[in-house]
Amino acid sequence: MASSGSSLPVAAIGLEKLKRVRRDVPWFKGIAASSAASAILLLAAITAVVTFRAWPAYREFGLGFLWSRQWNPITDRYGALPLIFGTLTSSLLALALATPLGLGVAIFLSEDLLPAKVRVVFGFVVELLAAIPSVIYGLWGIATIIPLTTDVGRWLFAHFHTVPLFSTPPVGPGMLPASIVLAIMILPTIAALSRSSLRNVPGAFVEGAYALGATRWEVLLQITLPSAWTGIFGAIILALGRAMGETMALAMLVGNSNRISPSLLAPANTISSLLANSFGEASGVQLSALMYLSFILMAMTLLINFAAQGMLNRPSRWERLRS
Amino acid sequence: MSPEATASGTLPAKPFMLRRRWSLRGAFNATMNGVIALTTLLAVIPLFSVLYMVIAKGAAHFRFSMLWQLPPGAGMEGGGFGNALVGTLVIVALAAALSVPLGVTAAVYLTEIGHRGWFSSAVRFATKILSGLPSILAGVFVFATVVATTRKFSLFAGALALAVLMLPIITLATEEALLRVPRALREAAFAMGATTSQAVWQVIVPAARSSILTGISLAVARAAGETAPLIFTALFSDYWIKNLLEPTASMSVLIYNFSGVPYENQLNLAWSASLVLIAVVLVTNIAAQFVSRRR
Repeated sequence: MASSGSSLPVAAIGLEKLKRVRRDVPWFKGIAASSAASAILLLAAITAVVTFRAWPAYREFGLGFLWSRQWNPITDRYGALPLIFGTLTSSLLALALATPLGLGVAIFLSEDLLPAKVRVVFGFVVELLAAIPSVIYGLWGIATIIPLTTDVGRWLFAHFHTVPLFSTPPVGPGMLPASIVLAIMILPTIAALSRSSLRNVPGAFVEGAYALGATRWEVLLQITLPSAWTGIFGAIILALGRAMGETMALAMLVGNSNRISPSLLAPANTISSLLANSFGEASGVQLSALMYLSFILMAMTLLINFAAQGMLNRPSRWERLRS
Repeated sequence: MSPEATASGTLPAKPFMLRRRWSLRGAFNATMNGVIALTTLLAVIPLFSVLYMVIAKGAAHFRFSMLWQLPPGAGMEGGGFGNALVGTLVIVALAAALSVPLGVTAAVYLTEIGHRGWFSSAVRFATKILSGLPSILAGVFVFATVVATTRKFSLFAGALALAVLMLPIITLATEEALLRVPRALREAAFAMGATTSQAVWQVIVPAARSSILTGISLAVARAAGETAPLIFTALFSDYWIKNLLEPTASMSVLIYNFSGVPYENQLNLAWSASLVLIAVVLVTNIAAQFVSRRR
């Protein structure tokens, strides 16, 4: 009881007086508080367990694990570089594809170019993209995107094989199809969050600019987008975190080859898809090495999520100006 | 589309008609309008392509007997995904039974008890971070704690992994729903002499019931499609479930297992299973959207 008195906002003080009338069910607040604490405990437990389990591999391979290039269950030597490379490349590539599209969708749906009802439908369709299970994206990617990228890749390889990006013949699964499907999967995140931060820009700013005779795109580029920039950037960072953790679609499309290749057409591997493929039957040093990889993935995504939450919660420029 | 583009010069009443009909600004504006319209079209294509493929390929070989038959062996004909369907239902139900009470109570603490204290801020932050946790790490966590100690892949472990993923979604959705309950309802409840728990369970939560249920069903739909947390917790099984402590089949893992096989029949089964899974997930999502938009 004592904890709630000082922490309530000023506006709720009246409520607090009303509440003092009768004694409540014993432990009600305690139970509620411990449920709330479960999120913190869970986060702490996940961090602790993964760190603890990764420790043997850290003792064995040290920090050199991060830049060692081999992943060899036969000799029991493991290194994370091909997987870190694959994770970063696929998610950055997906981000590069999804950001312009997602931002375009966000702008299109927050402007009045179409009647409001049509925009609701489009917005809903984009949201449904986020609802499709990742494993179905994988299956769809195998059936549609891989044939497409194989054809395009063959042409690219035939004409541009001197360019490192296209220096290997396409074999089906690879970095390119995986990144394309990944881009589709993170697009709704970018679109939805950017849209809500575009929507929060005060109408007076926009109206003022229109009143000065600016065109729609002058307003967008000089007023709306700069004002909403913090939120949009947060959305992009959050999408990056999602992309790095995405597992099934990548496990099905990326080709699962633990080699570093500059070519987009070559198969690669990511941390999460290696985990998905080899966790079930791993033991001993390999299991610990996989835990070390989990730790790296966790560190990367937690860091990025911290940053994204910081960006999304930060008051944007106009809010700081107003206060 | 833009004021410039629609200006035909025949409506003298509008002030912007006085401008030159063609200008670099106007052309840039119209081009960019076209560009974002194009991006939006491009963005909705994948959804329709996925739906088309799943319906075309899934329905082509669909038989109702698939819903109650066991998966076929490699190279065998017939069969279905009955055990996977039951497995997904049981795993998700158990995950919901674990995460819903915890998530709703946590949200009640956040809005009705702690509100703006440092503890609530910490909980809120941890919940948001958890909601961004890669789903495979939930599987890794449960593998390292439950599977490694019981030395067994089990339905229970799978449900636990899904519950870890559902908890933050449910907490955040419920918190948002409770915040939308008008303050007047709380005042009325407390003025009648209700204790906090009476006000919460008899007035505030029932008032937010439909939005809370929307949030829960979205979390359930998401969990039903999750694969990564299940592949090394619940694993897979070719038989019906006998108890909660055995490896259990699920729809998503079945799709994954059968997606990479060279056997026509199993591959077709993966598509038909996708059709069933996507129907459940999308219907839940659309229904949830419909309920939450109507109010």
